[in-house]
Amino acid sequence: MTGSLFDPPSEGQLPPAHPPSRPTALSITELVSTLRKSVEAATGPVWVKGEVTSFKAYGSGHWYFSLCDPQSAVRCVMWKTYTMKVGAVVADGTEVYALGTPTVWEERGELRMSVQVLLPTSGIGLAQLARERVRSALEKDGLLDPFRKRSLPAFPVRIAVVTSADGAALRDIMIVSRRRWPSVRLLVVPAKVQGAEAAAALVRALAVVNRLERVDLCIIGRGGGSKEDLSAFDDEQVCRAVAGLRVPSISAVGHEADISLTDLVADARAATPSAAVERALPDRADTLRHVQSLASRLAHGLRRRTALVGARLARSGDRIQVAMGRRLDGPRAQLDRYSGQLEALSPLRVLGRGYSVARLADGRVARRRTDLPPGTAFNLSMTDGDIAAHAD
Amino acid sequence: MTNPTQDSLTTDLRRLEEIVRSLEAEDTDLDRALQLFEEGVSRLRAARDRLADAEVRVQKVLEDAAGQLHVTDFEG
Repeated sequence: MTGSLFDPPSEGQLPPAHPPSRPTALSITELVSTLRKSVEAATGPVWVKGEVTSFKAYGSGHWYFSLCDPQSAVRCVMWKTYTMKVGAVVADGTEVYALGTPTVWEERGELRMSVQVLLPTSGIGLAQLARERVRSALEKDGLLDPFRKRSLPAFPVRIAVVTSADGAALRDIMIVSRRRWPSVRLLVVPAKVQGAEAAAALVRALAVVNRLERVDLCIIGRGGGSKEDLSAFDDEQVCRAVAGLRVPSISAVGHEADISLTDLVADARAATPSAAVERALPDRADTLRHVQSLASRLAHGLRRRTALVGARLARSGDRIQVAMGRRLDGPRAQLDRYSGQLEALSPLRVLGRGYSVARLADGRVARRRTDLPPGTAFNLSMTDGDIAAHAD
Repeated sequence: MTNPTQDSLTTDLRRLEEIVRSLEAEDTDLDRALQLFEEGVSRLRAARDRLADAEVRVQKVLEDAAGQLHVTDFEG
């Protein structure tokens, strides 16, 4: 066939004038769906370079734009999942590298490129493009998955440090360790951290870490430098070695603003080597304060416990008294009754009513006149005492 | 000096938390409370020992041509 599909067809290329019989006619959906499949299969995910035009960022977080060069254009869509990783919106006219899959938007039967990665070409060289390729590969293998990140040990005792033996990073790590947690042991596994041999050296050092016994944590990193200086930490093999560490890892490369791919693969990222130690080691003073607070809670807990037991004992004591009281109540009432009766029977009580008793010298009570012949001496007992008397 | 392991301090502090919580709860009987208290005191002592001043030890690990690892004190 000559000419483009969109050029007006010449006479000879016209399809038959009569519509085909019904079974050979495709529905639009069938047509577009077939086209979509063949478009997606044509290139698969592919990197393209072009200029952004008609850029529109929607509130949903999805971006719509065109990518064009002087001859052609393609409409693009970038879903929120991916736009979030780009950060700032892209201005019209920006030249970019885009990783995307061409497809057909079936509702409209239009060609679309579904873009996953967008990198402005300005200020990025091949190094950054390569870095992005590594990142995609790591992501594809699940190494950037947040769910595979391990938690760091609370009180690491032996920390492996993979860095240059004479760099600022190691010096900072030692200083901060002394300040925070002096009982830590640092096992330095030296490695070149920049230059052509750095990546291989880092991979070797990380393999050594995996052979060390009783290591709780690994810090890998270096101090600040130019992008090129830090590039070993974007190396795919280095990243895979970090992912393969047996112990949890902290990646600390360069300064605050630098993010290397090892940062994304490691279990934790720290902005600087000093920050890595802050992250790795608890503060001794804080921990001492915590221990102190546990000590006072312990003492207070026991005091409270014994106070509770004391109160319970006191309550038990009360109960004993009550029980004993109850036991005594019966006899006490009986005693009261007896004493009442005793009192009622007491002769003194009779005397109190005005009676008196005559007693003979031998103590016998004179009951009849014959007991007291004239001249007999006797005692008359009255309520307040005795009187000596004679019978006449 | 015996080499403390990270687990012991973590374990001591975690156990101490448990003990304190049990003592603070009302349903521990006195015998048990006293037992817990004694254990707590010895764990506290252990935790304090582990936190006692010590000097950061820095060592260097090198692999020789035969693949053997050598650990030496670091002269930084």
